Amino acid sequence: MVMGELVQETDVLVIGGGPGGYTAAFRAADLGFDVTLLDMQMKPGGECLFQGCIPSKALLFLAEVIHDARRTGSMGVTFDAPRIELDKVRAWKEKVIDRLANGLVTLGNKRGVQLVKGEAVFEGSDTIRLHDSEVGRIKFRHAILATGSVPRSLPGMAFKPNGRIMNSAGALEIKDIPESLLIIGGGYIGLELGTVYAALGSKITLVEMENRLLSEVDPDLVMPLNRRLNEIFKAIHVSTRVLSLNERKDRVEAVFEGDVDNPEQTFDRVLVAVGRQPNSKGLGLDTTKVTVDANGFVIVDEQQRTSDERIFAIGDLTGVPLLAHKASHQGKVAAEVIAGKPSAFDVRVIPAIIYTDPQIAWCGLTEEQARKQHRSIRVEHYPWKLSGRATTMGATDGLTKIITDTETLRVLGMGIVGRDAEGLISEGALAIEMGAQLEDLALTVHPHPTLSETLAETAEIYLGLATHILPGQHGEPSTPESSR
Amino acid sequence: MAQSFKLPDLGEGIHEGEVIAVLVSVGDEVKEGDLIIEVETDKAAVEIPSPFTGKVREIRVKPDDVVTVGQVLMTFGDGEEAEPGPAEKPAEPKTERVYPPSAGRKQEPVPASPATRRLARELGVDLRQVQPTGPGGRVTGQDVRSFAEKAAAPEVKPVVAVKSGKAALSVTAEAPELPDFSKWGPVESIPLRSIRKTTARQMGLAWSQIPHAVSQDMADITKLESFRQKHKGNIQGKGGKLTLIVFVLKAVVTALKTFPYFNSTLDKAAGEIILKRYYHLGVAVDTDNGLMVPVIRDVDRKSIEEISLELKELVQKARDRKVSLEEMQGGTFTITNAGALGGGQFIPIINYPQVAILGMGAAGWQPVVVENEKKEPEIVPRLMMPMVVCIDHRVLDGSDAIRFLKTVVNALEDPEELLMTMI
Repeated sequence: MVMGELVQETDVLVIGGGPGGYTAAFRAADLGFDVTLLDMQMKPGGECLFQGCIPSKALLFLAEVIHDARRTGSMGVTFDAPRIELDKVRAWKEKVIDRLANGLVTLGNKRGVQLVKGEAVFEGSDTIRLHDSEVGRIKFRHAILATGSVPRSLPGMAFKPNGRIMNSAGALEIKDIPESLLIIGGGYIGLELGTVYAALGSKITLVEMENRLLSEVDPDLVMPLNRRLNEIFKAIHVSTRVLSLNERKDRVEAVFEGDVDNPEQTFDRVLVAVGRQPNSKGLGLDTTKVTVDANGFVIVDEQQRTSDERIFAIGDLTGVPLLAHKASHQGKVAAEVIAGKPSAFDVRVIPAIIYTDPQIAWCGLTEEQARKQHRSIRVEHYPWKLSGRATTMGATDGLTKIITDTETLRVLGMGIVGRDAEGLISEGALAIEMGAQLEDLALTVHPHPTLSETLAETAEIYLGLATHILPGQHGEPSTPESSR
Repeated sequence: MAQSFKLPDLGEGIHEGEVIAVLVSVGDEVKEGDLIIEVETDKAAVEIPSPFTGKVREIRVKPDDVVTVGQVLMTFGDGEEAEPGPAEKPAEPKTERVYPPSAGRKQEPVPASPATRRLARELGVDLRQVQPTGPGGRVTGQDVRSFAEKAAAPEVKPVVAVKSGKAALSVTAEAPELPDFSKWGPVESIPLRSIRKTTARQMGLAWSQIPHAVSQDMADITKLESFRQKHKGNIQGKGGKLTLIVFVLKAVVTALKTFPYFNSTLDKAAGEIILKRYYHLGVAVDTDNGLMVPVIRDVDRKSIEEISLELKELVQKARDRKVSLEEMQGGTFTITNAGALGGGQFIPIINYPQVAILGMGAAGWQPVVVENEKKEPEIVPRLMMPMVVCIDHRVLDGSDAIRFLKTVVNALEDPEELLMTMI
């Protein structure tokens, strides 16, 4: 076989093996298509599995255990200081990834999905050329673009491999535990990785350009996290910009501008977490009819079709939010539309979770969005200090809030900050998708004692039925003035 | 006290309409019953009277707006009091409130579960058109199925509730995508609206649902025509118009009574044929706005003179777009007269869910071979009218069509016999 000469043909070519891509490929195979899944890695999983969601959550689990072990001291159980063996931590993280990746390989093989390693460049609306692959070209009837997104770098400061200035992928390699770590960017990636490194013992300094952390999340949900981060981080500077980063052999010198006392500081390492951008460059899309917006996102319709009738696109590549579960849902839609099914990406909510401690989760409209869109909403809050379950875990710094349309009493949005918010938010997602009213939540028996009770009680406040809040205490309409 | 005027329920299956004209202005004093707005629906233009007496405070619509049943069109009141805002309303759930379909409120997603939304996609149902029955205006799966059912049978409610899944069968397959015609020359796109839209839907439905069969014949109306000429002045004097179709209406009623299955509807869902014991005959009228079919009720109980007067009035109303929805509903059989425009042979489409339609061509003098008194063949000029009947072959057979048409033809050929059968 001569490298680069072989031309293959396939019904459905999926480009990118992340959660969106492999879900699309598997669904297409289940619908009877001959499917080829192309990725730059040998195994499916993509950024999420190898350099994103999965390794970060493995490390955040450790961070949570470390933190829990510390705080039980006040409850009468004291552990010695943890001994951190970084080799074993990395090995465990790799084991988690391997296990999941191998599972995907098995699932793909059993479905008859052909996995091809390589980098794709379009040569037209029906063919791609491959780089770095045994296969030269692939002709396809339909293609699903799922190339995702890549970390954004600071202007004029590209990431160097093995450098002290890292992106999220580099930080997840945990080459060492830096004594001091500067995190640039107060979004969820910066906060999650900051939580990991803080638990491992690094002194974290975080800078954020905006005037608060997590600017897309309602401020009241961010407050408990802010309190916690102020404890575990050395410093948080909002409204602050990084003017320059100067990488030396053993340190990085940073110059700040903004709300910071000492504008010149040095750090052992720097994590740049200033967002992600669509991975649409270099794909040869100009040889197809696919159109891309000013930010580089591929333009798609509700059926995930691009403006090229043969080519679909899903996931991060198609716009915000950049979330794996959105990509996989869209992957199924694309496969089903190719199969002629009346499928559409018709969702009311895409829940989002930040795996910090405490976690933040929300779905549907945020309070800010709701105020912009609806004339008449009501926001009810249930503070977790009133929750029995939260008290038993010493996790009372939390909040559950529900945003309701006062006209229809329909749930528009839900936000949770607190322990295990990740497990609680799906009830809100289901409620909104089902068009549920507050009463539906209030009248569903929630098990006691659980954190899920906070959802029901929040709903009960509005209806005047809450047990742990006196009637009328929280019943007044929340206006922009009263909530600020 | 301010009062909101909402678009009232306009009758069977009408969810929305287009505002043609607002007949009042802000500040006008309006009495209950005064006409305040003209709305064009799929079926007709309707002038809607005010349910209130008072001053027009606010008009929320303008011509060309698409409005839905239940939507507030204007408010009345002395102008001092604001309409109660939503925030002042009590917090308890308003289960008794009837929610209109969401059409027109594009910015809001229609409340419906993901499974219901998928069902709607599968059945090709626009959720915004569906009348919700769930709490707080939520569209249920059953609402979607009922809507798909109704779209398939707009005038007849099934006797037995259709079980889930059946609706999918009654929805016609999607036509393949059209090519881009503009690449061959300039084109213009005209939105499918009002009567054209209804006609398109109704004819598509009829053609896809009904296996049509056709029988044709010629009626010798020489005698009838001289009878008509003799009496038409008399009818005209009373304000009516004694046209040929008036006699055809009477002849058809006779035939319908003889062949009752021509006056029926097939209820596929219930597995029944519904025979109608009333004779409301539709007459297709060509108007500047399109085809309209006003219905003359109880044709069997009306005299030639009464029908002449009523038909003339209905045709005029149809042409003036003043015919009401009720006047176009409930027909059991339809007659269409291509002859009025000089048309000869043609094949009409049955007006679903009816099961037959009668067509009249233009009458003309023709050489006809008849037997004279000596039993010899002889060519004589006769005034001949082509006639056609289309039947729903699921309910009727070709032999029925021939017999039915013969009955009509015979009645028209012999005015005396027609008179006898009318008694």
